[in-house]
Amino acid sequence: MKHRLLALGTLGPVLALLAACAFFATRSERFLTGDNLSIVLQQVMVVGVIAIGQTLVILTAGVDLSCGALMALGGIVMTKLAVENQWPVALALAAGLGVTTLFGCLNGLLVSRLKLPPFIVTLGTLNIAFAITQLYSNAQTVTDVPAGLTALGNAVQLGGTSVVYGVILMLGLFAFAAFVLSQTAAGRHVYAAGNNPEAARLSGIATRRVLLGVYVVAGLCYGIAALLSVARTGVGDPNAGQSENLDAITAVVVGGTSLFGGRGLVLGSLVGALIVGVFRNGLTLIGVSSVYQMLVTGILVILAVATDQLSRRLAQRGA
Amino acid sequence: MRAAFQEIGKVLLLVTIALPASAQQPIIGLITKTSTNPFFVKMREGAEAAAKKHGARLVSGAGKNDGDNGGQVTAMENMIAAGAKVILITPNDAKAIIPSINKARAKGILVIALDSPTDPVTATDALYATDNYRAGVLIGQYARAALGTKPARVATIDLFPGHPVGAQRHNGFLKGFGLNAPAASVNTLGSAPEVVCMADSYGDQTRGQTAMENCLQKRPDINVVYTINEPSAAGAFKALKAKGKERDVVLVTVDGGCQGVRDVASGAIAATAQQYPVKMAELGVAAGMEFVRTGKKPTGYTDTGVNLIAGKAIAGVASKDVKTGLELCFGRK
Repeated sequence: MKHRLLALGTLGPVLALLAACAFFATRSERFLTGDNLSIVLQQVMVVGVIAIGQTLVILTAGVDLSCGALMALGGIVMTKLAVENQWPVALALAAGLGVTTLFGCLNGLLVSRLKLPPFIVTLGTLNIAFAITQLYSNAQTVTDVPAGLTALGNAVQLGGTSVVYGVILMLGLFAFAAFVLSQTAAGRHVYAAGNNPEAARLSGIATRRVLLGVYVVAGLCYGIAALLSVARTGVGDPNAGQSENLDAITAVVVGGTSLFGGRGLVLGSLVGALIVGVFRNGLTLIGVSSVYQMLVTGILVILAVATDQLSRRLAQRGA
Repeated sequence: MRAAFQEIGKVLLLVTIALPASAQQPIIGLITKTSTNPFFVKMREGAEAAAKKHGARLVSGAGKNDGDNGGQVTAMENMIAAGAKVILITPNDAKAIIPSINKARAKGILVIALDSPTDPVTATDALYATDNYRAGVLIGQYARAALGTKPARVATIDLFPGHPVGAQRHNGFLKGFGLNAPAASVNTLGSAPEVVCMADSYGDQTRGQTAMENCLQKRPDINVVYTINEPSAAGAFKALKAKGKERDVVLVTVDGGCQGVRDVASGAIAATAQQYPVKMAELGVAAGMEFVRTGKKPTGYTDTGVNLIAGKAIAGVASKDVKTGLELCFGRK
């Protein structure tokens, strides 16, 4: 029973995704075309890369509310420096990635050194990053972004279907994160620190350094997501990231990662992001209001958390 | 220690002497939907300039984001406490703000709605706003004329369900385009066989792009696109361009912000209906000062005007050119 429920946590989201795809495929002959699936992937690439960072944080039993705001800040910094200060693209990009990574580091220091609750810390940095973004950009969208910053929005032809470079980058990052989390000591330490920090510390894992590292890497992920967002929209948007903020947490939770830490797969977050994207796209194709996407997402979030809770309780009873 | 208290006493004395001078200036409050949207930034600048001209002091507040009623209620309470004689407000929630407005009016404060009406509209003393239905009609007429005799396959990239401004622009567009359309008073979106795709953008560029991409997946042969505002039009254009369809589609929208007018100049947007936030603010402040001086209250709805700004003028459809649009636009010139 216990194992079956654990498997349901992992397999559930995959089954939900397949069921949604099957449903839309029978209702619209355009749904299962390479062209359409390529569009869905483009639409989830930004939230997908944010979700990688968010997965790491949630695996340590934390949550990062600042993810979307940091992404907006990173996007504004890189575009504004490149357009208005005429910085070379590589330097502007490095500055954007640097800013989000530094903010991630700040989150990590406050959580790991001062032992402040992640929810409160990142609620604070969410507001700080949003305010800095608005002040620095004067609430104006940055246009005429140089081609170097939007290159990831270009597409390559793969078997007659155009695939955007940013999508390839996202899939690569997911594969890399999955490998590190499952096959390396550093990755296993993240799970250990999330599952039982005290036991992890006693067995010689530097849990504070693990926590700090997780927030720093998450910050870097938001910077990469910022670059993808700029590439996708072609502008630096000071109001970007506001829906991605909660969408990323939703993707991670629907993907089966436990909010209590220590359990979950980063690839599940990709599936979670895809479910949201598939519903948004499919409902438009069959001419139904996108409000139903929110309805379905809400139900899936509760199902995912309920499954997790139930399997945890059964595991405790079994022990 | 005593010297320090004396210093503080002197300062307090100075403050109390200085206060009556500024208290003679009537206070006018302005509450916008957000403090960051260029439309409302421009409105606030216009109100500040008008208040200065009339010798009034402008106090401004705003919701935290579009739709934030709580923030506007707080701003309203603070302005009542500050002794404002006049409050100008762009309601985030047409119904939820009304109890606060009633409280202010019960204290003898003049309340004027700018840009968006309350529901019912009689909850405020007066309304100075764009006729959003007419804005929709203008771009609908232009799109029909620009398409010529070709059969229409229309996509509408809308705001979000239930918002009166979203419904009025959408339905006005259908009307102007010559399709069966609900009246201006209806708050739900109309449709017609020619409308092959409807999707929500929340007035946001990224979500406008996503909505357009999905519509093009549904019907790749779309040839007319209406969007709720210019950021969503910019997103829709990006999606059209990615499919190489930007030249085959007539894209029309509403707002007339400087960036939007520049997009008309570049040909990305065929035409936009321009509205005038500064005029709303100026009329509001002027009516407020009239009330402070004479006690006379303004009433009813005043249309602050809307102009069609088109890249190419079409015979039979009155429009203004991009140069005029750029002179009158809001946002960064």
